[in-house]
Amino acid sequence: MDAEAIVIGAGIAGAACAYELCQRGLDVLVIDDGPSGATQAGMGHLVVMDDNPAELALSSASLAIWRDWLVRMDSSCGYSHCGTLWIAADEEEMQAAAEKQVRLQAAGISSMLIDALALATLEPALRRGLAGALQVASDGVLYAPNAARWLLGQGGRQGPGSQGSQGGPQGRISQSGQAANGTKSTGSVRVSQAQVHTLEDGCVRLADGSTRSAPHIVLAAGLRAAALCPELPLQAKKGHLAISARYPGMVHHQLVELGYVKSAHERSGTSVAFNVQPRPTGQLLIGSSRQFDTTDSAIEAPILARMLRRASHYLPGLGNLQIIRSWAGFRAATPDGLPLIGPHPQRPGLWLALGHEGLGVTTATGTAHLIAAGICASACALDGNAYLPVRCLQNV
Amino acid sequence: MNSAQTMVHLRLNGQSSKVPAGTSIAAALYLCGDGITRQSVSGQARAPVCGMGVCQECRVLVDGYSQLACQTLCAPGMVVQSGDAS
Repeated sequence: MDAEAIVIGAGIAGAACAYELCQRGLDVLVIDDGPSGATQAGMGHLVVMDDNPAELALSSASLAIWRDWLVRMDSSCGYSHCGTLWIAADEEEMQAAAEKQVRLQAAGISSMLIDALALATLEPALRRGLAGALQVASDGVLYAPNAARWLLGQGGRQGPGSQGSQGGPQGRISQSGQAANGTKSTGSVRVSQAQVHTLEDGCVRLADGSTRSAPHIVLAAGLRAAALCPELPLQAKKGHLAISARYPGMVHHQLVELGYVKSAHERSGTSVAFNVQPRPTGQLLIGSSRQFDTTDSAIEAPILARMLRRASHYLPGLGNLQIIRSWAGFRAATPDGLPLIGPHPQRPGLWLALGHEGLGVTTATGTAHLIAAGICASACALDGNAYLPVRCLQNV
Repeated sequence: MNSAQTMVHLRLNGQSSKVPAGTSIAAALYLCGDGITRQSVSGQARAPVCGMGVCQECRVLVDGYSQLACQTLCAPGMVVQSGDAS
């Protein structure tokens, strides 16, 4: 055995799983092949989403876990407790905001309906004529690539940015978790840069032909997991983002149009929605777009233009700002919009932690709790039935 | 470039400066000073890296507007401010 658990993928989901397994005393080997995925491309919005009860349960429980983890994390993780303002453009959307408030309240998430005047006071850069907003103060933002690096660094071994000097494919499992008397107190996390070629029973075969074995293998490779596990029903949803130069104080909360939910859950076609995040640096991260049926990560100017026009419709001053970078990435979407978290029904020892679509940073913590509870055969405060992969993998 | 004859007068960080016509602002900042264009979010000095308009490290204020120093030629009467935290 090379480890007590192998995690494939060092994005936020894999890093969170490795961290939680390590906390529970396991020696974990994380294997990642380098190219960035959704963790690097996304916004890092920690947000309670309530489109269905299962999503609400997972996102609200995950945020509670994040609050616990965040007090330990360092400033490089870029956490900002900015909250979310769900913007209602008209009275119909204001009604939707009120309904959202009721749903959030039922899950123990407090929020506040604010009228047009209060909204204009909170966010003067927004255009006049909006109906109001729902303020969810408990939401926040995170710089997910660094959060993943921090989580991987807590197990006594280096993060993915510095591997190579130690812990290569032939590296030893860290002994840092062994107390002097030989009884284990905490686990360890070791990160190895390597490409997984195939999943086999109880082990993974790397591109160089060698194998790594562990009783538990967690597949947290997002969309790229489909290459190892072709039966996974994952669909790529392309998204564009743009980031501005620094304009501190222009926007204070993550601003999302209430219509975003409609756009976020469409299963075909191209859509854009207003979604702007104030980075702690004063930069504005501007989204969002959704496209299907493409795996080309090139920036598409017409989509970017549509997205920026939508953002300017809400923030008229945006046109005067300098955009310094734009890029595109992919969300790993499942047929029912819920992630696949739990054992693979046909492959013993294989656990899935993927398919989080646009909510992977938020729900990485809840995912990690569910996976770790499953592997350690312990109870979990969060009911994970709705996310079990068996619902999508019954007939393969 | 006929630079020996034609010179452009502009203000670089409050100083009257004179550079050959065809000089980029990035080059002018090196010719007339330390070449620093901006400050990083942690207050570190930044200077041009790519020289082709991609890296965004050479942002300076030109007549009050943020511009890329490597992509902007000096023009008569221009007012350039570098070292800004943008």
